Amino acid sequence: MTLDISKYLRKLPHIWCAGCGNGIVVGAMLRGLEQLGIDQTQVAVISGIGCSGRAGNYLNLCGFQPTHGRALAFATGVKLGNPNLKVIVLAGDGDSLSIGGNHFIHACRRNIDLTMLVFNNGAYGMTGGQHAPTTPGGFKTTTTPYGNVEPNFDTAELARVSGATYVARSSIYHVQQLISYISRGISHRGFAVVEAMSTCPTQFGRMNKLGGPVEMMKSLAQNAVPVKDAAKMAPIELAGKFITGELHVNKETPEYTERVQQVIAMAQQRREKA
Amino acid sequence: MAKDNRIRVWTGNDACAEAAIAAGVRFFAGYPITPASEIAEVLARRMPEEGRVFIQMEDEIASLSAVIGASFSGMKAMTATSGPGFSLMQENLGFAVEAEIPCVIVDVQRVGPSSGIATHPSQGDIMQARWGTHGDHPIIVLAPYSVRETYDLTIRAVNLAEKYRTPVILLSDAVIGHMSENIKVPGPEEFEIVNRPKPTVPPDRYRPYEAKGGEVPPMASFGDGYIWYTTGIIHDETGFPCTGNPALIDFQVRRLHQKIYVNRKDIVTVDVREMEDAEVAVIAMGSVARSAVKAVKLARAKGIRAGLFRLVTMWPFPEEELLSYMPRLKSIVVAELNLGQLQGQVRQTVEGRARVVGVNRIDSRLITPEQILAAILQEVGA
Repeated sequence: MTLDISKYLRKLPHIWCAGCGNGIVVGAMLRGLEQLGIDQTQVAVISGIGCSGRAGNYLNLCGFQPTHGRALAFATGVKLGNPNLKVIVLAGDGDSLSIGGNHFIHACRRNIDLTMLVFNNGAYGMTGGQHAPTTPGGFKTTTTPYGNVEPNFDTAELARVSGATYVARSSIYHVQQLISYISRGISHRGFAVVEAMSTCPTQFGRMNKLGGPVEMMKSLAQNAVPVKDAAKMAPIELAGKFITGELHVNKETPEYTERVQQVIAMAQQRREKA
Repeated sequence: MAKDNRIRVWTGNDACAEAAIAAGVRFFAGYPITPASEIAEVLARRMPEEGRVFIQMEDEIASLSAVIGASFSGMKAMTATSGPGFSLMQENLGFAVEAEIPCVIVDVQRVGPSSGIATHPSQGDIMQARWGTHGDHPIIVLAPYSVRETYDLTIRAVNLAEKYRTPVILLSDAVIGHMSENIKVPGPEEFEIVNRPKPTVPPDRYRPYEAKGGEVPPMASFGDGYIWYTTGIIHDETGFPCTGNPALIDFQVRRLHQKIYVNRKDIVTVDVREMEDAEVAVIAMGSVARSAVKAVKLARAKGIRAGLFRLVTMWPFPEEELLSYMPRLKSIVVAELNLGQLQGQVRQTVEGRARVVGVNRIDSRLITPEQILAAILQEVGA
């Protein structure tokens, strides 16, 4: 199926390096939107700071790029200010889970109807390739020249235990799957986290001698384990791999903006009685 | 005698919360902190009653983030905090300046630095309010000295934020926030409500930052049918980064200043008393101004030509208004609960045309009228 996404693009060229995964993730997001047929004026894109956060500038959609790490907190205000909007947050792994980690777990806990798209390339790209909370142990970055000694977060697991009600993971190799998770995440009534495993050949790839864009794309294909297969594998077999699929879907937990409306209705009713 | 049902005994924090509702604030986000928490507590109860949104966020950074976000969606929005929380808000304050998003931040000052003294007043945030966020930027800061004025200035802060598309800071303190006074709550006919300028052009012609120097660009709300995007990166009239264009960067950053300074007469308010023939003036704001009022009365009773120059608008600083009393004014006593933050600005303004002395306390207690009087007496050689 070919989807025309040109109406969503405002201003190009972009600043991303050759071989960067960001364009694929943004393309998947726009195709997900197009599949849903949502009114273009009723979408707001709140972006992080960093390479992926630049995406919003190129889109013909409402939105803004606020301070580093805070996109989810800003998006919470946007959504509460106008619950009719479909609010999508685009941010990198460092923005989402390091400086923005507190906002991430609390947005999950509230189960507010936002869709968070995490571009995970395992490092900070725009600032020159420093390690992120998603950088696996042992890998080299400009701030781990002897190899990373910190363990990495599992974005999806963190989202699930924090209360997110739609959690999915795919990659820039698995584009059709990524599109469908994004579109389901947007349709989901509650906090949705879609992690897109991506690549940064310019920084992370170069420093760890992972090859060029094609080689890095191939390793995404090789390391992706569908969730149903992962269930049959031992932890040792899953080392260095990532699990793809819809990892957690819960349609029972009430959504936050609806709860806020219920509180308003209750307070107004009590006041009328008093 | 008919009972006047608009008389209340409110604290400054109560008045601030109720004034937010009167001003049309539809969104409040905050995080607990002494001595500002009561504003959030009152609004947690009152906002839902009025069909509006209250949320306690995970920290002060998130609080101001959510406030700015709600403002993008068209809501008048506010947060309240004290020094430590205000420090955490500084980066987002700069974003609201650069993206020109109306919002109000209430800072009920407590003693600093750091955790300081939570329950006692200070005026240690005068310079944080002015320069706490990085980069060159204008800021509007209002400083109430009574419960009633807290009510009035909260409404004014919301109005100025909307009118000029800018964050406005209400600089209260632990005394003003926590003390109770009688207040006759003004009816809606007694104050003006200002709403942000909205675009009148069709959506395909809308440019979110299209404005000449001194103008305030119209702001569409998300969902209104106007598609627009902005960033904290210095941007052009479309909201797109213009980082490679020095002339445009210069124009856009100066424009932020011009829209405030061109309109300074509308923004700056000073409460002047007995200044017509004054040789010595007391400059004060907030809780200290209450002692200053009495000190000037005591001095006048002694036949000293003393006057009060009370800052209602702290920033932009009322330079022209102060200089209008030169050259008669020989001495200025700057009374403040810090070691001279305001005094520095006064010295910069008068440029040696008058003596400037300070009355300062940082021991968590208020400056007394007698302390200010002693400084006045010393200045006139009495």
